[in-house]
Amino acid sequence: MGEEIGVRKTNQRGASPSPRTPHALLSFFPVWQRNFLVWKKLAAPSILGNLADPLLYMLGLGYGLGQFLGKVEGVPYLHFLAAGSLAYSVMNSATFETLYSAFSRMHVQKTWDAILNTPLSLTDVLMGEWLWAASKSLLSGLAILAVIWTLGLYADFALTLWLLPVIVLTGLCFAGLGLMVNSVAPNYDFFMYYFSLAITPMVLLSGVFYPTNALPDWLAGLAAVLPLTHAIELARPLILGQSPTLPLLHVAVLLAYGVAGFTAGLTLTRHRLLH
Amino acid sequence: MNNSPLRLTGLTKRYGGQTVVDAIDLTIAAGQCHGLLGPNGAGKTTTLRLALGLIEADAGQVELLGHIMPAESGLARARVGVVPQVDSLDPDFTVRENLLTYGRYFGLSRAKVEDRVPDLLDFAGLTGKGDASVTSLSGGMKRRLTLARALVNDPDLVILDEPTTGLDPQARHLVWQGLRRLIGKGKTLLLTTHFMDEAERLCDRISIIDRGRIIVEGSPRDLIRAHIEPQVVEVYGDTLADWRVCALDLCQRCESAGETLFCYTADPEPVIAELDKQPTLRYLHRPANLEDVFLKLTGRDLRD
Repeated sequence: MGEEIGVRKTNQRGASPSPRTPHALLSFFPVWQRNFLVWKKLAAPSILGNLADPLLYMLGLGYGLGQFLGKVEGVPYLHFLAAGSLAYSVMNSATFETLYSAFSRMHVQKTWDAILNTPLSLTDVLMGEWLWAASKSLLSGLAILAVIWTLGLYADFALTLWLLPVIVLTGLCFAGLGLMVNSVAPNYDFFMYYFSLAITPMVLLSGVFYPTNALPDWLAGLAAVLPLTHAIELARPLILGQSPTLPLLHVAVLLAYGVAGFTAGLTLTRHRLLH
Repeated sequence: MNNSPLRLTGLTKRYGGQTVVDAIDLTIAAGQCHGLLGPNGAGKTTTLRLALGLIEADAGQVELLGHIMPAESGLARARVGVVPQVDSLDPDFTVRENLLTYGRYFGLSRAKVEDRVPDLLDFAGLTGKGDASVTSLSGGMKRRLTLARALVNDPDLVILDEPTTGLDPQARHLVWQGLRRLIGKGKTLLLTTHFMDEAERLCDRISIIDRGRIIVEGSPRDLIRAHIEPQVVEVYGDTLADWRVCALDLCQRCESAGETLFCYTADPEPVIAELDKQPTLRYLHRPANLEDVFLKLTGRDLRD
């Protein structure tokens, strides 16, 4: 038997280019890189599209509605809105990427099928997609953060640097959840359910536009389990010059949603594509 | 036969209550082109997916380039090229970028793939098209690019799932030419097709697969010799129904399909002599081919 294996091993290496080592730590990287190179071709409209929506919310509501509201929680409304807009922008970017864009690659263009015929595994594909969506949402977050810095909507610059890991974590959280939704989607229309039943309620209940303590108890209870609430609970104090209360709790919730979403997405996609 | 590029043993795959691949045994010889023929839903694509380690068998074993699948999928697939049935080129990339991107999935450096690009483009008849966008290519060009993409890692075995489906005759000939060049270079090919002429032209060996089982295996010529009378007379015309009874006396076997009567025989002369007396009937006399074998063995009913 030992001999047999030895013989096989000598047969394995032909004149072919040396094969990659499978299960290498960074084996997902070519998948990330593929998405990055496609994005690079269309970067300008993509950034603009991602930025316009949250920016308009922030500036339109901040300046417009801010006139009537005066101060919210002791700060001008625009300053209050900045953290919510940041988290909303990151969530949106990660969600769109893992829903519509990933669905195109998985279902329409069959990019994932093509990759699965190479030494890469489905785990590599989804890991690449997960980190890519998080990278893209980091860009969206940075764009909003640049506006926040430029307009001086913060209290302490050094504290706002802590927003960078918060943005990454928020991106991973919503990218993981998005991959789970993607894995069970029969078509693009299906994503409307996720937007109507998850994303929109989160935007309205998680403290983007007003403090969650303004809600009646039962709604505040619902808001407390939504991941966007925890992203904002981290981001808002950092922008307003305070340190977040219970930071580890918020980090843990975001991580848990992200990892659970990714794991479910991987399992369900495996069933979908490799069954 | 220890260095057979692909060996399937008792391979079985069930979906729900249905056995899609039913105890298939198949050994492919190195340097040959092996064809997997079967009607739609016969289990061809499932067999290929099992061979590549993309899905797990319910029973049996796959050994691909000396690796047990699916446990060693990564190592085995590093030396396999795949041409899938459905186009999966990256529409956002140029021709060259498609090759470079695909090479990265094999861990090949940009420089290494760049070196190979001119040869690959030449092989695919796409020289000068390196910077063209994939969306600007014709169906035939896309297929050839898919073939070139499958060669980016200089594979020992190339697996092709219906490589010419949907192509016009000119494009099919170009693909065939490419595949013959690969065989000439010593590559092993495994292809599925339901074009009998394609199988007859390209394949050294053929397995006809139906309802998840391999029903016969052999070279195209041997299969024709073993399973079918050498001559066929196809008869069409309005008075065919009346003449049918007469035909049964003149040839060894008759089969009806639609409005055509197929007369199978070793000696076609009596049939032809008789047909020349029938002005209302038209006929075509030809040697038997693989399609006749295929239809005899798998039946003439539509499968989907």
